[in-house]
Amino acid sequence: MINNIREAFFRNLWTENQVVRQILGICSILAVTNLMVNTLVMGLGLMFVISLSSLTISALRNYIPHRVRMIVQTFIIASYVILVDIFLKANYPELSRALGPYIGLIITNCIIMGRAEAFAQKNTPFISMLDGLFAGLGYTIVLMMISFVRELLGFGSIFGVNVNFLQLDTWTIMVMPPAAFFIIGVMIWVATALSTPKQTSQPAVQALSRGQQALANQQVKAGN
Amino acid sequence: MGQGMEVSPIVILFAAIFTSNMVLANFLGMCSFISVSNEYKTASGLGKAVTLVMVVTTVLNWLVYRWIVLPLGLEYLRFIIFIVVIAATVQIIEMVLDRYLPDLYIKLGIFLPLITVNCAILGISLFMVIRDYGFFQTLFFGIGSGLGWWLAISALAAIREKIAKNKLPYGLEGPAISFIITGIIALAFIGFSGIFIIQ
Repeated sequence: MINNIREAFFRNLWTENQVVRQILGICSILAVTNLMVNTLVMGLGLMFVISLSSLTISALRNYIPHRVRMIVQTFIIASYVILVDIFLKANYPELSRALGPYIGLIITNCIIMGRAEAFAQKNTPFISMLDGLFAGLGYTIVLMMISFVRELLGFGSIFGVNVNFLQLDTWTIMVMPPAAFFIIGVMIWVATALSTPKQTSQPAVQALSRGQQALANQQVKAGN
Repeated sequence: MGQGMEVSPIVILFAAIFTSNMVLANFLGMCSFISVSNEYKTASGLGKAVTLVMVVTTVLNWLVYRWIVLPLGLEYLRFIIFIVVIAATVQIIEMVLDRYLPDLYIKLGIFLPLITVNCAILGISLFMVIRDYGFFQTLFFGIGSGLGWWLAISALAAIREKIAKNKLPYGLEGPAISFIITGIIALAFIGFSGIFIIQ
């Protein structure tokens, strides 16, 4: 049991990190990485949703008919996202306004569905919940690193506290969207270069998306 | 926000294509943007399919939101309602294309299931609600966002095809260089920002 937990921890934080290794879930929160507070709130929201939805999906895995499982999973995920949305609106209305539609976009975050399909479908509830929690943690850590660079260079502050004691010029580009693309590109490069070439894990979701892509390419060629 | 009624639909159309492009400025639809962009033809096909679905679902979501969700006070359920509308619309578009436009179905059909999970589609509907758009604003917002997404993925795929045979440092191939190219495209698109009113 302890070994399983440790394995899930290291797998999700490094060897199969959802962002830098599997390139999943970039969509929903790269946009809020210009401020560390926003990133942290989104990351916590995602960790809450992913761990509880993994727990629920795993607990119900023997009762959900196989053919409709995707839509059932989406409903479960959406219910938890609604909880997060209502909680933020009630307690932190300003944060809720700053995050805008991105809270709702946690639903279409591929990581949650990916963990549900690849792990929670086949495992017991407790370990599924931890797996989801660690996947969300790995994701949050990567995004916090991106937002640290962006906020430090873009605004000269960390968590809104000004650390620009030398009154250096801030880089406006870091606040704008292109910087996020450059930083995540470099992070994926470093992460791929650090892993040895032999270490090729082929997770189900990635294999699926590659399969879909190959199929799509084939169909286009056949269609023309 | 909340001043949607004053912006002209034409401005919204061009702003959605160039200055507040869904991918380059709002990071929506990144997953398929990065993973289905190594061939120009495939990418362009996906772009067309996304445009079609985006226009239809945004308009339907607007109607559902105005006529069903608001009168019944169900705003807190909007995520689930939008998802259901999107999933159902994609299914229906697939069936209609299969029945009446088989040529188009062969070209776009394969992409339709992929699109249900594209965050850009849900994102557009959520933006439309937050910005309080009217009907024509919503229509042009949907068209513009779809065209903008298509333009962005076509540009990325065309560049990736050109550099496919070039030698890159270990680890930079694939997703990493795609993100950096996307960053450069996004930088170029910032040049448009003086022309239109940014949302």
